[in-house]
Order: sequence, then structure tokens, then C-alpha cells
Amino acid sequence: MNLNPFSKRAPTVVDQYGAPGQGSSTAISAITIVIILGGWWLVTHLELIRPLFLPSPELVIAKFNKIACTEYYFEKLLVAVGARAEVEAPCHGFSEHTLHEHIIWSLYRVFTSFFLAVITAIPIGVAMGMSRMARGVFDPPIEFYRPIPPLAYLPLTIIWFGIGESGKLFLIFLACFAPIAINARAGVRSVSIEQIHAAYSMGASRQQVIWQVVIKAALPEILTGMRVAIAFGWTTLVAAEMVAAKAGIGVMVLNAARFLATDIVFLGIVVIGAVAFVFDLLMRKIEKALVPWKGKV
Amino acid sequence: MSVISLNHVAMEFPSLEGIGSVRALDDVNLEFHENEFVVALGASGCGKTTLLNVIAGFLSPTSGEILNKGLPVAGPGRDRGVVFQKHALLPWLNVVENTEFGLKLQGVASDERRARARANLSLVGLSDFERYPIYQLSGGMQQRVGLARALTCDPDMLLMDEPLGALDAFTRENMQELILDVWRKTQKVVFFITHSVEEALFMATRLIVMSPRPGRITHQYELSFCDRFFETGDARSVKSSSEFIKMREEILSIIYGEEVGEQPP
Ligand SMILES: Nc1ncnc2c1ncn2[C@@H]1O[C@H](COP(=O)(O)OP(=O)(O)O)[C@@H](O)[C@H]1O
Ligand SMILES: [Mg+2]
Repeated sequence: MNLNPFSKRAPTVVDQYGAPGQGSSTAISAITIVIILGGWWLVTHLELIRPLFLPSPELVIAKFNKIACTEYYFEKLLVAVGARAEVEAPCHGFSEHTLHEHIIWSLYRVFTSFFLAVITAIPIGVAMGMSRMARGVFDPPIEFYRPIPPLAYLPLTIIWFGIGESGKLFLIFLACFAPIAINARAGVRSVSIEQIHAAYSMGASRQQVIWQVVIKAALPEILTGMRVAIAFGWTTLVAAEMVAAKAGIGVMVLNAARFLATDIVFLGIVVIGAVAFVFDLLMRKIEKALVPWKGKV
Repeated sequence: MSVISLNHVAMEFPSLEGIGSVRALDDVNLEFHENEFVVALGASGCGKTTLLNVIAGFLSPTSGEILNKGLPVAGPGRDRGVVFQKHALLPWLNVVENTEFGLKLQGVASDERRARARANLSLVGLSDFERYPIYQLSGGMQQRVGLARALTCDPDMLLMDEPLGALDAFTRENMQELILDVWRKTQKVVFFITHSVEEALFMATRLIVMSPRPGRITHQYELSFCDRFFETGDARSVKSSSEFIKMREEILSIIYGEEVGEQPP
């Protein structure tokens, strides 16, 4: 199913004979989702699986309301508009923080690291594409660490940075760095030699060629790298928050697992998935606005 | 006065098999004079692009010298504008921004560069497409933007590497007339590469025929079919005139003769 609300409806076209994978899959995807959700509801209501292993949808929603303090904030709103005298609903959250505090902490970690990765990896990636020297220097370390799972070097970040915020940021930073650098480098390589020759024969300097031709031509691939990087960032988040974090969605999931609070584990997973999905949509929207020529030349 | 002159220019590339080398150009001597339309004709692989790259300054020859108004060519420069076979426009800029790009690189004020870009867009008949993204234009229109862009830098010489090679036959004939028109109005020296005999004969004031292995100039002709087109305005009648057909057969027999000559004994 096309869940992207920003994409325009594709014009109806007659299917090409023999074209692989032709036709719309929207309806089928919708059915799949309905079956999964329906199956979940049915299985839990027939009590085929114990809630410890699979909590019912209602239980997860109830937990959401409890941890997000929905009732508390609703009453607060009523008080603010004068429809109620005082707030009575309790607000405990989970692990001493409400859901939105967990989310904000995780967003802060992922985006700080992502931002640091963007401002370092783009120049390094472009330099790797442009110069033999930079490629020789940066290629071995990046290619070496890139396939290592973040969990493997997590202990090292603790030894180096301690259990504070910087180690967590560094871990996510590493996860975001490689895809951006590698895509920026590939983007530089995708510039056609004719475009560069054209610029030089119009009197461009090397600096102008880099800034006004190469980086712009590499932009679609840099953005692709950023999209991959932010997804990697979310993937690494839970690992980063495993060590002595007080708040964050990852912390919430890990603590809940310790208390066998499966409904909260579910909730955390859904929240991470939803937030990551929303940011992917946002990146696609940005991509469309910044590089409308992508795939058209 | 000659604008560009090549003296005993040779270009060797290491061969793809790794042994020996490919002689892409061998002892090329050529002069370009004011207001000439020089067309290079030859089968693919005979060194046409290499010759253009050497003149443009993208390649430096293995031996020989290239003089640009008496001075050796050291690299590309804005006195030699290039139009490529694939348009090589910048897709993040629209039509008019692409056209003024060269002036922007030189730091010309935006009003002035816009005005000069507009003048050249109207010269190639694209005034109504200023704001179009280039990926929404047809191949012929993209080539016209490429031409306008090269003209906007006001070079002395235009180098065109099979600019019409990717166009359909109708667009191609229209573009031939348009390029001749632009050439007559702007008085540039043009170096134009093609592998179409008819195109070469129709457009050239001087035709050079090249032949491969090693790439060299085998024949040169002074031609005036384009003048006849300017007089009559009728390309078809020029191309179907008896002299034109006779000339075409002569050139074809040269090319065909070479092919026969290259058959193993
Ligand atoms: N950069 C290069 N490296 C190696 N060989 C090349 C290179 N450029 C061209 N050649 C060779 O030089 C010869 C002439 O090529 P080219 O000038 O492109 O011919 P044309 O444009 O007439 O088709 C060909 O044999 C080609 O393989
Ligand atoms: Mg060629």
C-alpha cells in the first residue's frame, strides 16, 4: 500500500505485456494489514496466547494512555479552559518519565548524532570522490568499521567516553556517518564528465566546479545517504540506550522487558517504528523539493 | 587570420589490451580561420572527439602544438565554447539559469547576465521556455539550450561534438538550419563533428574527412552549399541538387573505398 500521503496518485496506464510486477498492490497491502491486526485481536481474545507473550491491542492502547498520561493532560486542558476545577488523574509515566519525554530524549540523541554525521560525512565523502589523497586516507577506516555491528563496538565507546551522553551520541554518529560518506562519494562519481568539461570551458575554476557542479549533482545521492543514515540511527538507538540511560524509547523497552511488561515493549517498538516512518516520509518530501530532477535525467 | 592552428598534432592512448598504444591522432595539421564552419566527418573511432578535446584543451596532445591566436593552448577556456552530444546541462537549473551559467561563473551582475541569456535564448527560438526545467524539454530543445549556453559566454569558437547525433531525422534537419542561422548571425568559428555525410556537406564551408587507425585527416574540401541555402532558404532543394548528390557520392566512395581497402587480403 502506498502510505505516502505526499505522493500524487499515479495516472492510470494500461499495463505493458509481460512487465514484471505490474499492477497496483495497494488493495492487497491493505488486506494484509487488516489480517495482521485482525489476527492479533482474534488470537488474544480467544486467549490462545498468554498476554505475557502477546498482549491484546486494547492492552497496548491502554498502556499508551497510561504512559502518555492522556487523561492527565486532557484534564489539564479542561482546567485551562475553565471546564474543570482541578486535575485528578495521576501521571506516572514509566521509568519516571512520560512517553513524550522518552520520545524527546531519543529524538535528541538520534538527531544530534545525525546532524554531526551530516556536517562531517558530506565534506569527507565529497573529498573522497574528488581527490585520490582523501580517498586513500578515509577509505580503509570507513570500509573497515562499516560492516561491524554497533553492539560489537558498544563496549569500546563506554571505555572511551564513559556512560554519559557522549558515548551514546558517538555510537549513533558512527552508524549515520558511513552511509552518508559513501553516498556522497558515489554522488561525486555520478557527475558526467561532460558537465564538468562544460563548466571548465565556460571559464569555471576548480572551486566553482566543486561547489556549483559536483556537489549539486551529488545532492540526490547525498540525500539518499541521509535517508539511509537516519534509519540506521533509529536501528542503533536501542543499543546506545542500553547503557545507563535514564530516559529514551530504548530505555523504556529495555526496562519493560526486565519487568516482563510485554505491552510496554510492544508500545515502544510501535513508537520507534512510527517515528522512523514519519521521518522517512519527511525525508522523501525534502528529496522531492530539493532534487525534483532525480531519476529524470 | 587563423584563430586556432594545429601543427603536427599526435595523440596516443594506452590501448585497452594493455600492450602498445592506440594512435587516435596522427600528424594532424589544421587551421581555423575567421568565420569558418569546419565539419569533421568520419566513421566512429577515427579520432574526431579526440581532435575536439585537444582543441578544447581537455586533452594535451602527445606531440605537436596547438596555437590559439599564436599562443599555446594550456587548457579549456571560455574563448572556446563546447556543445556536447548529450546536452550536459545542469538539471537543477532551469533553461535561463543554465544559459546564463557561464556569466554567473564570471561574476557578471544578474541583470546583465539575464539579459544576455535571454538574447541568446531568443536566437535559438526558446524565449517561451525560460522557466522550464530542462528535463521537461525534448532532445532538440535541450541541444538548443546547450547552444545558447555556449553562445552566452561569447566565445570566438564553437566546438560541437555530434550535437545532432541523438535527434530524430526531422528535428535534425531543423537544427541544421538553426545552427547555420546562428552561425551566420554570430560570426563564430565553428568546428562541427558529424558522421552524417549529408549533414557535413550541407553545413560545411570546409569539410575534413578523417580516417581511423591511425586517426588522420585524409581529404579536405572547400564547400558552399550553406551559402546556397542562405540565398534560397530551401534546404531540400540544396540537398537534392545534382552537385550536392555528386559530392555526396564522391565522399561516400572515399569512405566506402577505405572500408574495402581495410578488408584482409
Ligand atoms: N581516453 C581514452 N583512452 C584510451 N583510448 C581512447 C580514449 N579516447 C579515445 N580512445 C581511442 O581513440 C580512438 C579515437 O576515439 P574518438 O576520438 O572517440 O573517435 P570518434 O569520436 O571519431 O568516434 C578510438 O580507437 C578510441 O578507442
Ligand atoms: Mg566521438
